[in-house]
Amino acid sequence: MHSIYSYIIVMAVVTYLIRMLPLTLIRREIKSNFIKSFLYYVPYATLAAMTFPAILHASDDMRASVCGFAVALALSFRKKSLLTVAVCACIAVFVVELIVI
Amino acid sequence: MGDKKEFRRGLADAIPVCLGYIAVSFAFGIQASEAGLSVFQAALMSISNVTSAGQFSSLDVIKNNASYAEMMLLQFVVNIRYMLMSTALSQKLAPEEKTISRCLVAYGVTDEIFGLSVTRKGRLHPAYSYGLIICSVFGWVLGTFMGAFAGNIMPQRLISALGLAIYGMFLAIIIPEASDNRAVMGVVIGAMALSCMFTYAPVLCGISSGFRIIIVTVVIACLAAVIAPRSEEETADA
Repeated sequence: MHSIYSYIIVMAVVTYLIRMLPLTLIRREIKSNFIKSFLYYVPYATLAAMTFPAILHASDDMRASVCGFAVALALSFRKKSLLTVAVCACIAVFVVELIVI
Repeated sequence: MGDKKEFRRGLADAIPVCLGYIAVSFAFGIQASEAGLSVFQAALMSISNVTSAGQFSSLDVIKNNASYAEMMLLQFVVNIRYMLMSTALSQKLAPEEKTISRCLVAYGVTDEIFGLSVTRKGRLHPAYSYGLIICSVFGWVLGTFMGAFAGNIMPQRLISALGLAIYGMFLAIIIPEASDNRAVMGVVIGAMALSCMFTYAPVLCGISSGFRIIIVTVVIACLAAVIAPRSEEETADA
């Protein structure tokens, strides 16, 4: 059994170094267009992979999750704020679960 | 002596971020306590990491009792975007800014704080960043604490609904850019499809969720960088 505190320390160190090293070391712009492009696409690939299909299993009922997903998508396409999208997705799940369960 | 003014401005600008963080970290607190973390451990993780995607994904690793190496690799890949943000911010700070200021600013590089810092006109004042960071991290830790502490006594229906919060936030981060940029849309759809394959296909579904995210990210972002490299003007804006 690994210690939770060790996990937290490992995470914190890796995450901090990622943030700290470029700020302290890199003072000139990155030249490689491939690396710049890769880094640009990374967050979208990561967050998309984390979201789907996990979002389908995020609530107790898959039908409710699908509705929450649809609501979040629709609001995101309208460029609503993070808070609005998150709260409305939760409300959608809550309402659907009230009806179907 | 513009420091005080910049600091106050940072505090005020970060209020919406603070509120958003409370909602999302509340959900994190609940999931963390379900994964077996104590209230203190959950709050400690939040104050030492300040990364939504990294922290949520870490819970799977902890639940599965996976290796520290897997945790390091997962955090590296999930958070590698901060490298780009820190690089952009390093250009925005005055070149003579002290190393200690740079180290403190680095602590608070998140999607939202970066967004606020980088869209400010002119040089980035560290005092402004400190204001943003203190206000935002306060919300992040408070929400975690409340979620981990009170999540256990919350009705199951509410917990179930809050499970969607983090994914809603992720979609709100990626979809606006995807709807303006076809390459990003391709990345989002491709990553979701590949992630589905790794979740449900035989053999592939045996791969842990941490490595699934790593593999999908590296494959899709590499493909996108080869097929649709960013032009010089586009990368100059980043």
